Amino acid sequence: MNVNADTAQRQAPREVIYRHRLAVRLTHWINALALFFLLGSGLNIFNAHPQLYWGAKGDEYDKPLLAIQAVDTDGGTKGVTSIGSWHFNTTGVLGWSKVEGVDTARGWPSWLTIPSFHDLADARHWHFLFAWILAFNSAAYLAWGLTKRHLQRDIWPTRADLRSFIPSVVAHLKLQHPTGDAAKRYNILQRLAYLGVLALIGLMIVSGLSMSPGLDAFAPWLPDLLGGRQSARTLHFFSASLIVLFVFVHVGEVILAGPLNELRSMLTGWFTVPQEHK
Amino acid sequence: MKALSRRAALMGTISSTGLLLSGCDRLTQSQNMQRIFRGVEAWTRMNQRLLLAGGPLAREFKPSDISKEFKANGTLNPGSDDYLRHVEEGFVRWRLTIDGMVANPMALSLAELRKLPARTQITRHDCVEGWSAIGQWTGVPLGLVLQAAGVSPRAKYAVFHCADNLEGEPDKGGSQSPGQYYESIALIDAFHPQTLIAYAMNGKALSVPHGAPLRIRVERQLGYKSAKYVQRIEVTDSLAGISGGRGGYWEDRGYEWYAGI
Repeated sequence: MNVNADTAQRQAPREVIYRHRLAVRLTHWINALALFFLLGSGLNIFNAHPQLYWGAKGDEYDKPLLAIQAVDTDGGTKGVTSIGSWHFNTTGVLGWSKVEGVDTARGWPSWLTIPSFHDLADARHWHFLFAWILAFNSAAYLAWGLTKRHLQRDIWPTRADLRSFIPSVVAHLKLQHPTGDAAKRYNILQRLAYLGVLALIGLMIVSGLSMSPGLDAFAPWLPDLLGGRQSARTLHFFSASLIVLFVFVHVGEVILAGPLNELRSMLTGWFTVPQEHK
Repeated sequence: MKALSRRAALMGTISSTGLLLSGCDRLTQSQNMQRIFRGVEAWTRMNQRLLLAGGPLAREFKPSDISKEFKANGTLNPGSDDYLRHVEEGFVRWRLTIDGMVANPMALSLAELRKLPARTQITRHDCVEGWSAIGQWTGVPLGLVLQAAGVSPRAKYAVFHCADNLEGEPDKGGSQSPGQYYESIALIDAFHPQTLIAYAMNGKALSVPHGAPLRIRVERQLGYKSAKYVQRIEVTDSLAGISGGRGGYWEDRGYEWYAGI
C-alpha cells in the first residue's frame, strides 16, 4: 500500500499551471526596470544635498534627521552618517568614497548611482522619465487589476488568509514553501507584501509630487498632508528604502523557492506546482 | 544542482545589475537619450501648465515660519570692480533696463522702483539640490513693469540678465564653465502676481549674497529661476540667440528650463 502510493507519487505527472497573466508579467517587469532607474537616479539626486529634514523647510542651518557627510578629522577625512544625534563612521561607502580611484566627498557611492558620476541635471532627467513610466504602469496595473478582479481575488487577503498568518511566518522562517494546491495561490505573507509595496509606490508618487513647487501651488494640501515639503522628501527616501528592503526579500524568496521555475512563471506565465516532499 | 542554480541566479542578478549600471553612463550622454529627456520635460511642462492654468498662488507662510538663516547659493558676491563700486555707493546709480520687444524701453532706478505699488509675500524657496528655506520678499510685481513697458503681442519670454559671472561649480556635477548668469521665464509666469522684482528680504534691503540690489522671485519654480543681481530684463520671442540658447545659465548646463518640478 505504502509502496504503491509512493510509486504513484513519484510517477505523478508534473502539474504545470498558468500562473501569471500577461498584464501582470508586463507590468511587473516595467515596474522592476522603472524602480531600478528611479533608485539609482534618486540616490544621485540625494547626493546634491545629502541631508533630510522634517517640516516645510530645511537647509544647512537646520538640524537634519539624517545626514551623510564627509568630515575632516585629525586622522584625515571620514565619511560620517548621522541619524539624529547618532553618528556612524561609514568611510568608503557613505559620505567619503572612491570615484574612479579618487577619494571623494559623496553621499552615496558611485557604484549605486545613475549616472555613476555626480550629475544632478541628468539624474533628474532619468528620474522624471521613469517617474512618468512608473505612474502610467501603476495606473494600468490598478485599472486592469480592479476590473479583472485580480486585486480582489489574488492580492486582497481573505479571512482564512489572515488566520494563517502565524503558521505562515513560522513556515517562512523555516524556509518551507507551500506545495501542491497551497502553492497555486498567493499565501498571506505574499498578499501583505504585495499590498505593502503597492502602498509604498503610492506614497513614493505622492511624496514625489509634493516636492514640486508647481504642483504645490495647484494643491497646497498635498505637502501639508505629509508634514511639509522637506517631510515629503524624507518620506520619499524612507519609502524608497522600504521598497529596497522588499526587493531583497522578494528576490531572496524567489531564489529559495526555485529561481528557474519562479523566473519562468514571471516570463512565460507557466509555473510548475511544487510537489510535497516525502 | 538546486544549490548551483540558486547561486547562478544570485550571481546573474548581481552581474546584470552591474552591467546595466555601467551602460547608463554611456546612455546618459547619447544624443538620443538627451532628446528623450527634453521630450519628457516638455510633457511635464504641458501637464503643469494645464493644472496651473487658473494661475493659483504659491503657498504663503506666516512670519513665524521664516528661516532664521536663509542659505545663499550660487554667486555670493559678483565681485567685479563695477559691482563693488555700486555696493559702496549704495546702488544709487544702479539701473534696471527693460528693453527688447517693448513699446517703451525704460531704465528704472531703485528709488523709482520703490515708488511703484509693492507686494510682500512669505514664500518657500526650493532649491534644485533639495533644500528649502522660507523668506519674506518685497518688490514690484514684474507684470506691472512689463505692462508699463508695453509688451509686444508677439513676445514670449522675459529674460533676466545678471551682474554675476558664476565661476562654475564643478562640485555640483559636470563641467560647468564660468559664464554670465541669466535666466528666462514664459510671459505667463512673468505676469503671475507673485513674480516680483524684489528689493527687500525679511523687511531689509537685499543683502549682497541674496542678490543686491534686485533679484527676481519666481514662485512655483525652483530657486535657480529666481535670478539675482538683475540689471536688465529683455522681452523676446526666442531664446535661441542668447548665450547657450537654452534660456538660462543652468539650462545651458543641462537643467530643465521649466523648473516646476
